Amino acid sequence: MKHLNAIFEGLGSAILLAYRAFASLPSAPRIIKRVIEQVYLAGYSTLPIVSILSFFIGAVLALQSGISLQNFGAKQLIGTLVGESLVRELGPLMVSILLAGRVASATTAELASMKVYQEIDALETMNIPPARFLVLPRLLANLFYMPVLTMIGIIIGWFGGAIVCEYVGFIGVDSGQYFHSLTQFMTIRKVFDGLIKAEIFGFCIILIACNTGLRTKGGPREIGYAVTRSVVLSLITILILDYFITKALA
Amino acid sequence: MKKPNPPLERSDRNPVSVEVSNLSKNYGSQKVLKDVSLTVHPGEIFVIMGPSGSGKSVLLRQIAGLESPTSGTARINGQDPSLPETRDRFALALVFQAGGLFNSLSVYDNLALYPLEHRLCAKHEIRDRVMRALKILSLENAAKKFPSELSGGMKKRVAIARALVMEPQLMLYDEPTSELDPVMSATITEIIATLKQEHQVTTIVVSHDRDLALTIADRVAILIKGVLRTVSTPAELRSVTDPEIVDFLNPKIDLKNPRYLKLEV
Repeated sequence: MKHLNAIFEGLGSAILLAYRAFASLPSAPRIIKRVIEQVYLAGYSTLPIVSILSFFIGAVLALQSGISLQNFGAKQLIGTLVGESLVRELGPLMVSILLAGRVASATTAELASMKVYQEIDALETMNIPPARFLVLPRLLANLFYMPVLTMIGIIIGWFGGAIVCEYVGFIGVDSGQYFHSLTQFMTIRKVFDGLIKAEIFGFCIILIACNTGLRTKGGPREIGYAVTRSVVLSLITILILDYFITKALA
Repeated sequence: MKKPNPPLERSDRNPVSVEVSNLSKNYGSQKVLKDVSLTVHPGEIFVIMGPSGSGKSVLLRQIAGLESPTSGTARINGQDPSLPETRDRFALALVFQAGGLFNSLSVYDNLALYPLEHRLCAKHEIRDRVMRALKILSLENAAKKFPSELSGGMKKRVAIARALVMEPQLMLYDEPTSELDPVMSATITEIIATLKQEHQVTTIVVSHDRDLALTIADRVAILIKGVLRTVSTPAELRSVTDPEIVDFLNPKIDLKNPRYLKLEV
């Protein structure tokens, strides 16, 4: 019962935080600088790791599907499999998991230490709502960088698959065939679905990170607990949401 | 959706009054404040004293509107301090015990944040205002530094400078002289008194610094175990006979009968 109460309390405060943040949307022109700063800190800085992971996920996917599909004589479908898996599932999911590990943890740690060291109290006495000053720039920045990161991750993953197909001898599918197969069944709708997923995941991750950080009470030890809680909660949330969004978009 | 806040216009720059009525605050089963009532008159320096853990800082947080009382009320000129409208109407500045400075911002940006966020004036005016506040506290050379590069005393002065930039009608200080050497304590005490004299700002100071209280306070409240025991002028306080207050103000070290053996957990 106690845990259930805590879950509903957390959910309620996250919804309230999102409402407060977006209620101050008309003041967005004043926070453009901070939005750009967040796009750089959270989005641009995550790009190298997204690129490396996407490349190898695409490569592994091509390798595994090459091994499996050659038993059925369907190696020419590797492109379709890699393309669709990355666009609809692995691309958004992988970028979100990276976001939870890298950005959500940093966000929670920053806001939790601001809370513990009374910086949030100082903002409140100055009548500067933390939802507007700290949360809204992060949520808005996320709306910009999440689809871009996801799209870049997907494209690099596709190329990772292409290189494996081209250079791993037993697969024997050239990159021309691979891309022909990849584009044959690819539609704008599928790409759009993947990006929608990424947007929803990203929004939830940043909201959870901010909410967990701002609800931190106590001392330095609680900052560590808050970071762990934020990452775990983000991962659970995106995996649960993934099922429902996939079902809704099917 | 709400419209963006318009630039603040505070035509009424008079110092405010603070009324605390029958205020109690519990954290779970722990009763921290018990039925506290007091009034702080416009423009006075009101010092709240008491032993550690007596609820002084908690009372200050209720007055600042950072926490809601379990029962009773705290009001600034009759208005609820936790409402953004009240904070828009009456500039309220709280100097935190540890400074409460924004560690990711430079000293200059810490000071400029309030007028920038509330669009109080043009950027060059904000710069003048910030530099003036830094000058008053002899911090001109620290403008580009970050809080992590400052000593404890400097952090306190920056926090006071940040409060000054807000041009507050109510200044709240939480232990402004704690962790400072006697010279820096005296300096901060002088600053508090000068600010009150020059700006006629209502000032509430939470402290257990007896020298500060008896030197600059117009009135002193003594809070012991969450109960308000007396509100007196410094002169009246010298003749109080309540043994707990006398012991708090003039503690005697008795090595034969040490008081730590009688401490409650």
